This record gives sequence, structure tokens and C-alpha cells, in this order.
Amino acid sequence: MNDSLTSHLAALRPQLLRFARLQLRSDSAAEDAVQEALLAALTNASGFAGEASLKTWVFSILRNKIVDEVRRRVRSPELQMSDDSEGSDFDELFDAGGHWAELPSKWGDPAATLEQKRFWTVFEVCIDNVPEKPARVFMMREFLGLETEEICKELTISTSNCWVLLHRARTHLRLCLTERWFGQDKLQGA
Amino acid sequence: MLSCKQASLLMSQALDRRLSFGEKISLRLHLVICVGCRRFERQMAFLRSACRDLFEKS
Repeated sequence: MNDSLTSHLAALRPQLLRFARLQLRSDSAAEDAVQEALLAALTNASGFAGEASLKTWVFSILRNKIVDEVRRRVRSPELQMSDDSEGSDFDELFDAGGHWAELPSKWGDPAATLEQKRFWTVFEVCIDNVPEKPARVFMMREFLGLETEEICKELTISTSNCWVLLHRARTHLRLCLTERWFGQDKLQGA
Repeated sequence: MLSCKQASLLMSQALDRRLSFGEKISLRLHLVICVGCRRFERQMAFLRSACRDLFEKS
């Protein structure tokens, strides 16, 4: 059992690394988190009752490791995230009356998009391009599945600031995907 | 009447908190007349499902 568990875990390693790297934005921190998660998985193999898939189980361990790392960063002064107060609130997206300066474009068939392998590369590039602070909050919300209250507590920011940062991250992603993926529909013939 | 700017902020927040009854009503009224915000709402839903699928499908 242990041999096959080890090989299954080894097969998951690249995916785990991508997940961790995207969130921690550092290869070495990602390596560390994945290493710890795999070790925890191996030593607690009895905790894996097989009711969930192995992948889901290991990812949940990794999520906890990432949350630990985020906590550590928040407490460590030299790793403080740059304050994003200079970040734009995308005022240029709206006219003086608050209406869209340019209407959001059509995104075609979202379900079909999610089936396309190449989309995920673009999606990750777009996530990487979101400024650090909004990206951190966004990934804690969407990838680690934390509630806004928990995120505020971990990062010691106000709830309203949290909402603003989430909105900012989503706006970045929306504009990036519009430009880099959905704007290309005609070229791809998709 | 909500502006598109206010409506888009509410649509993002709807993914993170429960909107008040009043907010929901004014948002629905705005969406009836605004094609741009209807697209924005679908795009927000897409972002959420993409995040959910990122490590399953990619």
C-alpha cells in the first residue's frame, strides 16, 4: 500500500507545486510547502480513509501548509506585502456618470473555454499579473476557500478593504482574460 | 439608481457576502436595463468556476 501511495503522491507533485507556486510566488517556498504536505501525507497515510480522492486529500493538506506560510509572512516584518494603496481603482473603466466607458465584451462559450488546455496557461499568467496584495486575498478566497472574515483576520485588514482588494483582483483578471484570451477568439476560430 | 461602477462592485461582493434585500433589488433593476453589467455578472461567475476547475482540469 505504501509503495503505491508513494508513487501516487509523486505523480501529483507537479500539480501540487504549480498550485503552491501560484499562491506563494516563490519556487523555494512552494517546494517547502509541497515537501511538508507530502511528508504529512505519508506519515498520516492512515488518516486517508479513501472516502475522498487521494488528490483532494493531499490538496487539502497543502492548503493548510500554504495558510501556515501566509500566516508566517504576515507576522514577519521583512516579508510584509507591499501596500497596494497606489493601486488604481480602475476609474478609467467608467465615465464621469459611473457608466461603462467601454462595455465589457462578450466572452463566448465559457464551458467550452474551460475544456481548452491552453486556456489554463493564460489563466495562470493572468493570475501572476495581479498585484501582490489583491492576488493574495483573491487566492485565499478562491483557492484556499476561506471566508472573507477569516482572510481579514489572517491579514489584519478591514472587511471593506478585503472586498475592495477582491474586486480589484477580479477586475485585473477580467481585463487580462479579455485581452489575452477572449479577444483571440476570432484568431483561434473558437 | 445604481451606476455601472456601483453595480459592478456589488456583483463582486455578492461572491463574498450576502447582499442586503435592498442591494439585491437595486442590482436586479439595474441588470434589466444594462447589457454591460449582465456580461460583467457572467464574467464574475466564470472567474469563480475557473478557479474551482483550475486544479481539476488543467
